[in-house]
Amino acid sequence: MSLQEDVTEWSCGACGGTLEIVKVGFTYMKGNFEVDLPACNGCGLVLVSEELATGKMADAERILEDK
Amino acid sequence: MEQDNLREWEQKCIQEEPPECTAACPIHVDARLFVKEMGRGDREGAFKVLARTMPFPGILGRICDHPCELKCKRREAEEPIAISLLERNCVEQATGRVRVQLLPRRGQKIAVIGGGLAGLTAAWDLLKKGFGVTVFERNSQLGGFLREFPESILPRKIIAEELGVLETLKGDIRLGEHLDATIFDNICREFDAVFIDRGAAGDCDLPLKQNATGEICADTATGATEREGVFAGGGTCSSGPYSPINETIQGRKGALSIERFIQKANMGAGREKDGSFQTRLFTSLAGIAPFPRVRPEAVDAGYSDEEARREAGRCIQCECLECVKNCLYLERYQGYPKKYARQIFNNERVIYGAAHTKNQFVNSCSTCGLCETVCPKDFNMGDLCLQARRTMVEQKVMPASFHEFALQDMAHSNGERFALSRHENGKVRSGWLYFPSCQLCATSPGEVISSYRYLREHLAGGVGIMLGCCGAPAFWAGRDDLFGDVMGMLRSEWERLGKPVVITACSSCQSLFKEHLPGMETVSIWKVLEETGLPHEACTASGTTLCVADPCITRHDRDVQGSVRNIVRSLGVAIAELPLSGDKPECCGYGGLMYNANPKLALDVIARRVTDETGRSLKHDYVAYCAMCRDNLAATGKRVSHLIELIFPHVDGSDPAARGWISWSQRRTNRARVKRMILRECGEKGESVEEAYANGALVMTPEVSRKIDERRILEDDISRVIAHAERSGKRLKNNQTGQCRAYHQTENVTFWVDYTPENGRFTIHNAYCHRMNIVGVKK
Repeated sequence: MSLQEDVTEWSCGACGGTLEIVKVGFTYMKGNFEVDLPACNGCGLVLVSEELATGKMADAERILEDK
Repeated sequence: MEQDNLREWEQKCIQEEPPECTAACPIHVDARLFVKEMGRGDREGAFKVLARTMPFPGILGRICDHPCELKCKRREAEEPIAISLLERNCVEQATGRVRVQLLPRRGQKIAVIGGGLAGLTAAWDLLKKGFGVTVFERNSQLGGFLREFPESILPRKIIAEELGVLETLKGDIRLGEHLDATIFDNICREFDAVFIDRGAAGDCDLPLKQNATGEICADTATGATEREGVFAGGGTCSSGPYSPINETIQGRKGALSIERFIQKANMGAGREKDGSFQTRLFTSLAGIAPFPRVRPEAVDAGYSDEEARREAGRCIQCECLECVKNCLYLERYQGYPKKYARQIFNNERVIYGAAHTKNQFVNSCSTCGLCETVCPKDFNMGDLCLQARRTMVEQKVMPASFHEFALQDMAHSNGERFALSRHENGKVRSGWLYFPSCQLCATSPGEVISSYRYLREHLAGGVGIMLGCCGAPAFWAGRDDLFGDVMGMLRSEWERLGKPVVITACSSCQSLFKEHLPGMETVSIWKVLEETGLPHEACTASGTTLCVADPCITRHDRDVQGSVRNIVRSLGVAIAELPLSGDKPECCGYGGLMYNANPKLALDVIARRVTDETGRSLKHDYVAYCAMCRDNLAATGKRVSHLIELIFPHVDGSDPAARGWISWSQRRTNRARVKRMILRECGEKGESVEEAYANGALVMTPEVSRKIDERRILEDDISRVIAHAERSGKRLKNNQTGQCRAYHQTENVTFWVDYTPENGRFTIHNAYCHRMNIVGVKK
């Protein structure tokens, strides 16, 4: 599922606003990253999909743990 | 790990020791690799292997007296590999030439007296080392005894070609030189060192001490004679049959001694393996079918190419790998302990910012000790990994993800929801203390209560109870700090109860207590039940057969294994022994926290425990006596019961082997249940110890439940996410389905939950998690 599909599928439950793709910051094991993700710019709620969390993100965590 | 420590570990693993053939060969030809190349039909590659160590492969390959074959392991499964016939096939047909890598020229000049195989080898080695070499030969041609071989075996043309190399290397060959004492003295003055080939120098009357047979006396190890700078070797035919390979090694030893003499280096140091020696390599012949040697069709002509390939194919390529053959973990990382020890050493030494590429490897070992049992030298990979984990913790480079879940589970067990220790209700003294273990309480709460009741009824002197975790997760995680805390806490509680004899229902607990709580007397519950006899309600299942799945920790506790078997038999059950039982059980994937650091490997390991070598499922049901073995085996779909379930069966008569998998959330609920039931039996309320989520507020299908459990997400975690979302209103809404999606970080993990609220309850559709920290939207 693409980020764009996530954007149209979900909305912010707090303000009712639509999501847009913005830069979201992450940290792990002394590393800092920025990833384009759907988020509610106003409330700051972000959307990490299951696919991302168990796929690329898990892979990156694994690599960083062996660093 | 310090350098010395690394050496000790490396020394223990014998996989890199040379095979018998190479060790038996005085010049250590890599015969194993040579035969392998021949087996692949790569004659040129095989020739290169010979040329790496043999001075004149075209000559030696035809006439070597092959002591290697006497030691070849293949002889124990019919006949040794015909290495010499293979060498002959190789050198007769190989077109490759020897390429010599010369070292930089050195100024010194060496004289070689006598051009037999020993002298020629010394000349060859010394030329390669960069010395100037002059060979003095009394005959009109070089070779000495080599010329006695029939033309069909060693053609003159080959001798000429091979020895021609010496002149190519700018050796000074002086033929027809008859030496006497005066000329010899002049040579000794003119040259920096001298090597005498005793076979070829023959009747020259040299002014050197001789033995009774007229042979020049020389040190066996170095070839040194009484005269400084003069070395002698060869001439083996005077004391026995002519041995080309012994002539060769004596020339080689002499050349090495001369190099050391010139460099003023220690003559004898590190020369234990000059010549034949006994290798430490172990090679199992299990599963190697006897197979006779290939006989050449044309005896005189030697092997045809096809015959050579077939004969080489008989080689078993000696190596140890006993541990790797038995351990999926060791196999998966494609090395063996010696290599792993080095990798771990390097892993600890990387400078900040460089890669610790072995972190997961170090934390994936179950520490079950099977490697030590099967290793001829008792290498214990678990000890090495535990040591490395402690170092990682000390260096503050241990990723939390490897152990966090397990350590939280331990904290739960030693927290208010479960931990408890008290005397038997109504008594002020305990002769005994039942320690059923956190994991048995987690999986068989009812049986823990029944067994406690039974112990109270059958043992005199008061049976107290202690609920908690023995600290194994902290021990495995290299967390000596936490482990020390747990041990200290257990010790003080045990002392408070008057130091009773501790009855353990988990072999891991017992093993840790024995090792780390000296003075504490422990006894396995199986041993106790064997003595008290079984309750009358115990399952009697006459006519059935079960496989006893021993936990890995019992491999050295044959006593307990015996008690378990006696109990099983007294239930009327026949036992079918598993191939890896007794001192060889494998871990279920829980040990060493493998399941936490490397879940995929743990699943593969447990999958192997329910199948035979060919991968087929084993027919009989299992009975386990480790709670984690039971649960992990059951999670594969295997029909398995815990021994305690057979001894204290459910009143409803349900089949314990059909119970199946159990979630981590359920485990916590069960522990709390055990505590509550015990408190109630003591007349206390015990109401507040239940898990917060255990009120049925979360609704999910078994599929969802299993999926989130495999992701190590607890219902507790889900409740927290929902509570946070519902309280703060911070959640996403699905535009089509109306489902909510919310996330919340607990300690190091961010949990995501898809749910639908319905009348105060929540239907859970999915949950997942990640460890990366969300910092937030970048403005």
